[in-house]
Amino acid sequence: MNKVPAGRWVEIEKTILTPEQRAPQVPEDTAKTPYIMKVSGFLEKEAAIGDEAVVKTMSGRKVSGKLSLIAPHYEHSFGDTVEEILKIGRDDL
Amino acid sequence: MTRDTSYAAVMARKNEIMKNSMGLDYEVYKQGALAFDYEGMMNDCGFTLEDVIKIQSQTKVGNTPMFELKNITEAVRKIAPEGKGARIFVKDEAANASGSFKARRAAISAYVAEQKGYKGMIAATSGNYGAAVASQAAQRNLKCIILQEIYDSHGVGQPEIVEKARKCEAFGAEVVRLTVGPELFYCNLLTLEETGFFNASLYTPFAIKGVESLGYELVNQIRSMTGKDADVVMVTNAGGGNLTGTARGMLAAGSKAKVVACSVDLSGLHMASDTDFNRKSFTTGHTGFGVPFATWPDRADVPRNAARALRYLDDYLLVSQGEVFYVTEMLSKMEGMERGPAGNTSLTGAVALAKTMDKDKIIVVQETEYTGAGKHHNSQLSFAKKMGIDVRRGDPKDYVNGKSIVIPEKLSQIDGHWQDTDKLRRSYIKNAIKQVPKEEWTEADKNFVAEDVKKDRAWLDEVLKEF
Repeated sequence: MNKVPAGRWVEIEKTILTPEQRAPQVPEDTAKTPYIMKVSGFLEKEAAIGDEAVVKTMSGRKVSGKLSLIAPHYEHSFGDTVEEILKIGRDDL
Repeated sequence: MTRDTSYAAVMARKNEIMKNSMGLDYEVYKQGALAFDYEGMMNDCGFTLEDVIKIQSQTKVGNTPMFELKNITEAVRKIAPEGKGARIFVKDEAANASGSFKARRAAISAYVAEQKGYKGMIAATSGNYGAAVASQAAQRNLKCIILQEIYDSHGVGQPEIVEKARKCEAFGAEVVRLTVGPELFYCNLLTLEETGFFNASLYTPFAIKGVESLGYELVNQIRSMTGKDADVVMVTNAGGGNLTGTARGMLAAGSKAKVVACSVDLSGLHMASDTDFNRKSFTTGHTGFGVPFATWPDRADVPRNAARALRYLDDYLLVSQGEVFYVTEMLSKMEGMERGPAGNTSLTGAVALAKTMDKDKIIVVQETEYTGAGKHHNSQLSFAKKMGIDVRRGDPKDYVNGKSIVIPEKLSQIDGHWQDTDKLRRSYIKNAIKQVPKEEWTEADKNFVAEDVKKDRAWLDEVLKEF
């Protein structure tokens, strides 16, 4: 697989706690899932997606995990038009 | 030497990590097994209200406008009984640098962090506080790490929290994105220990002192605009800090207004449940925080919580998600103000209450928050539909949290419902007994508990007999 060059802005993913290691008070459904962390930063050394990698974050600390994304971005939006609210505040319609 | 980073080991080091990350020793305020010197703790942080206002003015915080919502007031009067329909005012806290009142809390934390020589700040929050800390850290040249609970186990992010992550990054912060679970606190401790940064907890005396300016400004603005005092101040309640700080600031300005808490009712949904996580359309201002924090404030991430809602609230109104969405849309269409839905929780409470109050009375809604992609009622409703929630117009009383959102058909259906505050007080006492058996309570403990629930000793002594 193509290597991602050092210095790129990437996201890494890491399992912080496996299901067995989770806090005793978590509810049943949550207890079945691992506790996952994602952090973005500048890639320290070239690596391929899925490799163990280290990033330097915006706060300057180094964090390790599996390389998961190159140039992570946001896609959240205003959503599809919700017609149910359109007439609120417009009694004339 | 490598430190043990297991869940149990880190939690066991909690007090040591807290002390190092805040430069604050809570032990000195201890007066009993339960009792502590609350006022002493608040005063020892060394800031007068004037200091708070001055610090905040250095970093684009405070002095936010107060607006009268004349069109909404008029609409309420049309559906209210003759002579009813109080005047509704709103304090536009979205005008703070980071877009919410949380900037007030973060401003003082950042100032303290800078004064004490910390290199950076850390906060574990999925709320507006993250952006507030990031914005203040940026202005004081401090590094910033925000830890957020943002995804369910399928990697689906709550749109509102995704937007808050974006805003934190916009201010130059590192955002640690986590899946659902209370282990956020564990990660927070680990990160504090690793970096030696300042713990910008929401619940320190500094953070709560920061909100006092809001209550103080509010009282003076209403006096100058109306020549009178407000009758009711409606406060969106989650962790209790907004309410505590505002009420303290109001008292400092000599206000006698009733302080009414308002939260979105999310009963039936478990806050640490992976499946429930994306079945709610509010990530703050709801009962999932409001009730547990009111009934046991010291569950917070500091040894003693400076935010203590039951000390200050007079009544507690609950509203539904559908009611808040209705009022949020109404605010846009009738008042020309587009603001985030969670911040409009208290506005919804005010609309419900105004129609029961005389026309010459005044209700103040003490906050708004910014809105945008993800953090908009349309995003939330669209997302809820995608998660299989039944979104419909109808009688808002028919909602079932996690299954349906019922948007009122008309304004007159917005009533909310009262939460029994004495029941909350009893829950607090039950929780206190869980910590320390009542036989071991000293006089100091009893006096403290009575004060902490805004009741007298006679009331407490009676209630203690029930348990």
